[in-house]
Amino acid sequence: MKGRVYKFGDDINTDVIYPGKYLSITTDREEMARHCFEMVYPDFLKNARPGDIIVAGKNFGCGSSREQAATSLKYFGIAAVVAESFARIFYRNAINLGLLVLECPGISAAVEHQDTLEIDLEKGIITNMKTGKSLQAIRLPDFVMEIIEDGGLIPHLRKRLGIKPEEVE
Amino acid sequence: MTIAEKILARSSGKKIVNAGEIVIARVDTCMSHENGEVVLRSFEEIGVKRVWDNQRIVILFDHRIPADSVKTAKTHKRLREFVKEQGIRYFYDLKQGICHQILAEFGHTRPGELLLGTDSHTTTAGAFGCFGTGIGATEMAGVWATGELWLRVPETIKITVSGQFKQFVGAKDLILHIIGQLRADGATYRAIEFSGETITAMSIASRMVLSNLSMEAGAKVAFVLPDDKTVSYVSARTDKKFEPVLPDPDAKYLREIEVDVSGLDSQVACPHSVDNVCSVSDIAGKRIDQAFIGSCTNGRVEDLEIAAQILKGNKVHPEVRLLVIPASRQVYLEALKRGFIQTFIESGALVLNPGCGPCLGAHQGLLAPGEVCIATTNRNFKGRMGSPESFLYLASPATVAASAIKGVITPTQEVG
Repeated sequence: MKGRVYKFGDDINTDVIYPGKYLSITTDREEMARHCFEMVYPDFLKNARPGDIIVAGKNFGCGSSREQAATSLKYFGIAAVVAESFARIFYRNAINLGLLVLECPGISAAVEHQDTLEIDLEKGIITNMKTGKSLQAIRLPDFVMEIIEDGGLIPHLRKRLGIKPEEVE
Repeated sequence: MTIAEKILARSSGKKIVNAGEIVIARVDTCMSHENGEVVLRSFEEIGVKRVWDNQRIVILFDHRIPADSVKTAKTHKRLREFVKEQGIRYFYDLKQGICHQILAEFGHTRPGELLLGTDSHTTTAGAFGCFGTGIGATEMAGVWATGELWLRVPETIKITVSGQFKQFVGAKDLILHIIGQLRADGATYRAIEFSGETITAMSIASRMVLSNLSMEAGAKVAFVLPDDKTVSYVSARTDKKFEPVLPDPDAKYLREIEVDVSGLDSQVACPHSVDNVCSVSDIAGKRIDQAFIGSCTNGRVEDLEIAAQILKGNKVHPEVRLLVIPASRQVYLEALKRGFIQTFIESGALVLNPGCGPCLGAHQGLLAPGEVCIATTNRNFKGRMGSPESFLYLASPATVAASAIKGVITPTQEVG
């Protein structure tokens, strides 16, 4: 996977990712995607493109449990979020929704806004195409990898419960 | 084992679990508010027709009540229908108050049990020795379908608190001080256990402040060691049997922290992060436009009591709007009986219906660009309570009440 970097700093909270005033949007995921970072970083909606990779510092996604934060990024088309570290609920939400999240110590210093990254998912190696520098992301537990490989929690649960997708209205 | 390990061992049917391990835990109680509609959408996508146990799900509305828009009204309506369809036993509609307070008041926060909520401040239940933690909507849909969830057994940070608080200093100041030390990610993925003489002496309401706000250091769960006070509070509110869990003497901790509160002054978290903490005196004199007493952090009877004590015979500064929101209907009734509500109204405050109010920036008192608010709430992120150009300071009910009178951030001693 390759993508252009959209870079943020430390402690990007879920109020910043998805403003509280839009929490009344509960089911329309495309509409959620029209509001990510809208209040505090309005340039994101103008400049970010589907396929971009968000690179952030420590504690990305801290604060509220709002799933809309992860949903809005996924439906905007963000290919992956690579951060020094994540807050736990955002991290779980992203995995459950099938939004790729990778913890990669040292990523902030190794990457500039608008650089291009290549992610080798098998090996967890992240390479900055501009500098050639590679970093190793932290391996996810097998149990979590299984959810991601199944395409998120819903397909994972369907598989476990023996529900065929075509049986669901 | 620590409390976290013991509860997750019990929930996963194991004798022993160790920090770092992933377990599949059976859930005792789960809670959703308006975001139950996000859960419902995912639940329908899974394709299961009935919830796993309609006696273990709590649903209520608190974030936008009464409905602030047609959209919210539709959400409430859809969830009321769902509650009926599924026969959900514990449904409080919008009549009772803020979820974390209601879970406690109605006996759902039982020691030794696992309680999951689609709200990050579900950590509040830890004040009762209950494993309370926040999860996302899609995984809650999984819980509705199966009654189970995967959880990583967290390492635990032990915080021992000693000493007696100075006048007007309390639980909010202590936890802001601790978050200032730990920082916003200092307890991420971790459990906290609070113990020590100061904690033992604390009221249930104050203990809830500690567990509630620990989330702002990233904590997954924040226990207060359950004691007689815990058991008598919970058993007065439920018929269900429960078994309080204490840590073993040889439990392993990631880190042990000792705090002596005797020298602690009132604290304030400054914009735009909860770990940006200083003493009130360091920021005294900062002009404010709005003051807010309420929320799942500080909207309980003892919070309104101290605020009423300070406001009694005083007037809110003419250029300040003071909003007071009791955390629940029960808190509201008690505050009425004890005359606090009259004091607030006489002082010039606006008293609003129990609920989350403006805390999460949805309605009821949002801020304009350039405005400054001091609040007893739990988050001061940029734009949290309205405009991204507004400024939010977090403090105790005493500090907020004193500041509302003076029109500037004020140490309570200068008013009292």
